[in-house]
Amino acid sequence: MRFVDEYRDPDLGRALAGEILSLVEPGRHYKLMEVCGGHTHSIYKYGVDDLLPGNVELVHGPGCPVCVIPMGRVDDGIALAHEPGVIFTCFGDMMRVPGSDGSLLDAKARGADIRMVYSPLDALRIAKQNPDREVVFFAIGFETTAPSTALTLKRARAERVENFSCMCSHVTIVPPLRALLESPDLRLDGFIGPGHVSTVVGARPFEFIPADYGKPVVIAGFEPLDILQAVAMILAQLSQDRCEVENQYKRVVPYEGNLRALEVMAEVFELRPHFEWRGLGFISHSGLRLSEAYADLDAERRFGVPGVRVADPKACQCGEVLKGVIKPWECKVFGTACTPERPIGTCMVSSEGACAAYYNFGRFAREREVV
Amino acid sequence: MCLAIPGQVVEIVDEERRLAKVDVAGVQRNVNVGLLDGNAGAGVAAGDWVLIHVGFAISKVDEQEARATRDLLVRMGADYEQELEELKASVIE
Repeated sequence: MRFVDEYRDPDLGRALAGEILSLVEPGRHYKLMEVCGGHTHSIYKYGVDDLLPGNVELVHGPGCPVCVIPMGRVDDGIALAHEPGVIFTCFGDMMRVPGSDGSLLDAKARGADIRMVYSPLDALRIAKQNPDREVVFFAIGFETTAPSTALTLKRARAERVENFSCMCSHVTIVPPLRALLESPDLRLDGFIGPGHVSTVVGARPFEFIPADYGKPVVIAGFEPLDILQAVAMILAQLSQDRCEVENQYKRVVPYEGNLRALEVMAEVFELRPHFEWRGLGFISHSGLRLSEAYADLDAERRFGVPGVRVADPKACQCGEVLKGVIKPWECKVFGTACTPERPIGTCMVSSEGACAAYYNFGRFAREREVV
Repeated sequence: MCLAIPGQVVEIVDEERRLAKVDVAGVQRNVNVGLLDGNAGAGVAAGDWVLIHVGFAISKVDEQEARATRDLLVRMGADYEQELEELKASVIE
């Protein structure tokens, strides 16, 4: 049992592994999807799947916010960054995501004023310090991050910071899950629900999964023991013919979520009719834009963006990785043409992306197994 | 930006703007605590532990959970160090 000695409570780790073994039916194959990039990272880093029986397979879902941004959106960002007088701000993870003609980092090297920020509030400060410039914040992320952008926009409004605007690329977690459940090429037995997103949205939004699709969901924390326990809880539901939303991460996730965060999101954002996801295509009501009340802070309205759709590179199989149809190492360009240093696909960019997580941790174990 | 990192509230520095100084592994920076105003047991005070994401406290946690999360992050290595570097460069006012 590789790695289990590094767990916070190795004995509990072994006990959970034993419990999982006792819950699986021999001859049945179980496919469980973890939705959050943080889970993917922990699974590879701590070799969680090594502790699972061979017939329990973990597949990695579309839960990394950087990985799901399509190339066209990066191109739109770069176009905005080249507008005269603009200071374009974004999270560090976003800088290296390839567009059709290079990344934001490449655009910065060519002279665009692009600055990495830790927080949207840092972007707002830059706007206040540079009143003669237009400061655009490229907002990405699921419901974990969207309330922070919303509060920042409320602050900008309250302080009348008129040279600040937001290019909103926030996405919501439920529509892609529904799309995956409707997808004919993927049969899943249950979901390990996302921890941090659920601190905001709570458990209720996931109830359609047992109700409409008859699959268990267990919201889980990020320690390897959390993930093992969530797997055991899902398998227990399956063995008892139950399916419901359970919360393994009660110590952080309240059932009703964060009411203040949901309230500010509802005030500042509205759902887009559809939004394009990397590799998954257009998904209805899956992305957020600024509501009419905040339209004057919407960078897309203030400047106009090209909004061109760019097909993913042919060699890149991020879409299949994001849907859990193939494993990272099954992609044709994994680790050869596509590496964390020179990524072709988004899954190789962020350390939470399945490909980068596997490249950094998993492949060594696999190579050992092959030898 | 994907990480949520634990920190301890040192003091509320701006009541109106909902800013608190937090200590994250010895680094003291301002974060916004306005998202914690809604639920039962609302608001934060000096000594509370919170999970911080992109400059905002997104949930209150107890000390044991905060320490366990920090240990997990420390073992992650480069990603946590990167997050701390980005936090150090942050000036929220």
